[in-house]
Amino acid sequence: MADVNKENVIDQEEVLHPKMVMVEIAGKNYQVPEGITVVKALWYAGQEVTRGLGCLAGFCGACATYYRTKDDPKVRTCLACQTTVQDGMSFTMVPPFPARKATYDIRQLKDPKQDLFALYPEAPLCRNCNACTEACPQTIDVREGVWRAVFGDFQAVSEMFMDCVMCGLCTPVCIADIAPNLVALYASRAHGAHFVEKPIQLDHRIKEITDGKYQGDWEQVMKMNEQELVKACAELK
Amino acid sequence: MDIHKLQEIVHKTRDARRKQVLPKYTPAERDTLITKYHPDFRENAYRPIKFGPNEGEKTVRELASLLEGDSSVPMDLGLTPAHTCDVLVVGGGGAGCAAALHAHAQGAKVILATKLRLGDSNTVMAQGGMQIAVTKEDSPVTHFLDTLKGGHMKNDHDLLKVMVEEGPSIAKWLLELGVLFDRDADGNLHVKKGGGSSRPRLVTASDYTGLEIMRVLKDEVLNQKIQLLEFSAAVELLSDKGGCTGAVLRDLDNKRFLIVAAKTVILATGGIGRLHIQGFPTSNHYGATGDGLAMSYRMGAKLMHIDTFQYHPSGAVYPEQLIGALVTEGIRSEGGHLVNARGERFVNELDTRDVVSSSIIRECEEGRGIRTMSGRIGIWLDTPLLEAEQGEGTLLKHFPAMVRQYERFGINIAKDPVLIYPTLHYQNGGVKIDTHGESDVKNLFVAGEASGGLHGRNRLMGNSLLDLMVYGKRSGLTAAARAKSMPQGKLTLDHVKKFKDEAKKHRVSSDVVSPMLFPAYAKKE
Repeated sequence: MADVNKENVIDQEEVLHPKMVMVEIAGKNYQVPEGITVVKALWYAGQEVTRGLGCLAGFCGACATYYRTKDDPKVRTCLACQTTVQDGMSFTMVPPFPARKATYDIRQLKDPKQDLFALYPEAPLCRNCNACTEACPQTIDVREGVWRAVFGDFQAVSEMFMDCVMCGLCTPVCIADIAPNLVALYASRAHGAHFVEKPIQLDHRIKEITDGKYQGDWEQVMKMNEQELVKACAELK
Repeated sequence: MDIHKLQEIVHKTRDARRKQVLPKYTPAERDTLITKYHPDFRENAYRPIKFGPNEGEKTVRELASLLEGDSSVPMDLGLTPAHTCDVLVVGGGGAGCAAALHAHAQGAKVILATKLRLGDSNTVMAQGGMQIAVTKEDSPVTHFLDTLKGGHMKNDHDLLKVMVEEGPSIAKWLLELGVLFDRDADGNLHVKKGGGSSRPRLVTASDYTGLEIMRVLKDEVLNQKIQLLEFSAAVELLSDKGGCTGAVLRDLDNKRFLIVAAKTVILATGGIGRLHIQGFPTSNHYGATGDGLAMSYRMGAKLMHIDTFQYHPSGAVYPEQLIGALVTEGIRSEGGHLVNARGERFVNELDTRDVVSSSIIRECEEGRGIRTMSGRIGIWLDTPLLEAEQGEGTLLKHFPAMVRQYERFGINIAKDPVLIYPTLHYQNGGVKIDTHGESDVKNLFVAGEASGGLHGRNRLMGNSLLDLMVYGKRSGLTAAARAKSMPQGKLTLDHVKKFKDEAKKHRVSSDVVSPMLFPAYAKKE
């Protein structure tokens, strides 16, 4: 095993001076170790969480959470798996919000930019309160994104919302009942399906495969024995 | 010591390292390294499976006891179906969605059941990209050989050939659905180089490839109005004369059993990271507990390569909150160095995952690692190097997800290298399938990580996303076509009874109930 080299050990405040902090989970107080994530605090408190956990890595948006820090009136949002607890923190997971998702056949859209208004007629009713932007745990400028969608700049929307984990925290705060994440998803998909250049080389490759261009190579490779295959692999540069 | 003091050596040695070219190991050197350091070769972590289709074969202890585990379903359970369909898809990740969409497009009545929400999966976290041979300099045959080499020549040739050949048409399908892959200036798909690949072949959506694909597929499943059963975990399959005829689900809210009659079943239940094999942390999602393996094994499906797992070289070790989380391989693809406590590189960073992981373990076991006070160990991944090479702002531009991941805990990866150690990432093997995704059990299909054979003994970066899409599609199409021409079979638990008898015969009295569904993290007194 490794030698115990004192030189190469990272100081960790939570190990040097382990401390418990007081948190309030959905109205009930618990002592939990300092430095753990909100999700781990839930587990530490003995709570089984089924609704509200997914990838545990900040990508799936399942663990949307409201929290407030000590003595601060401001309620903020976070992803529970990506946030560290603080002493005096108060938090509760956010249940899924019943936002309306429009259904559409993305490939059959005739006029995607106009269709937005039929699918999401509330989209242009944004009253600029900016609550959605403030609610976004991914720091996306959500309000700006909604306007860009309304003005047909779908490309900008797709770029701005590449970070969107669909946690839906922008939906309950909207006073115009817009579901900004769903509007953005529509705009991004429509952009990809209708307004992006087709990659010519990809079609070319598909045709080569259907035309049997690689048939000869395949026949050769598929009848090789293991030794010959090892050699063929080694020759790849 | 203060972390910044420890990092100084990485900054100091950066310029000297930039001039270095590290050769890849020869095949013999690779074998020696892997045999000595890879977790797959830790004898005491393994034991033979006592009975069933893979009797006598070795796998890790954690999995062996699940496979031999007992059913949670009472044998006198009433089997009147609550739902009836042509195709039941179990699992809501990439493979499950691809299977459901393709089966639905064929006119089959599809139900998609998943124990968490639609889309909760490992797919959503995939950052590195999807290998597809699209460039002029590349070909499906080269993709085949690269994968074979990466898999230590143990890959199923037929499964692999199908995957590489169908890759381009999968890319086309995803583009039509609106997936936004990165492009070159001429409009063609931009490709990046991945570890173990001889050509740049990774099709990407910045470092959000899996998220982008999953967002679109999820939306498409909803648009197609495919029937969903969320928070409904499959706990047993149903059989008629050995063939699969449906499943028993458990509604996780009211805990009731829910019987689904299905002419065909597609298991797309994913991997096993949450079993924490050999005590490793994992990059996997909360539900990655190998449910499909346990259920199909009881039904008589043969498993393949279940003694080999992928430990991704770069799992986060520091800060504590990120332990096990994946640090994208893209950093190494773009030239990031792995650096030990002495400031030295020790492996060609673009070698295959098993080789790179083994070399990191070697460095740490030989005392050249960096420790954390909570007892972890790791080596540096020199992220600031990318800024030095390609200009300020490179990381934010190309790795927004990773920048965000560390920023949340006060670490600026443009300035500070990060500490990493291998994390349990992928199950190389799984249920043996044919080129249509069908297992040894009639009408039981398996797609994605739960299936085995395609990747051999080590999966190449970027091949999983493609595997999911290709075998999701093929199993979906085949299952839908099959369902058209046959009646619904009877619903019985005969195979479970038989399995219980086998257990008794082998004197296995298991107190392990499988599938496990979730890891037990909640603290109970």
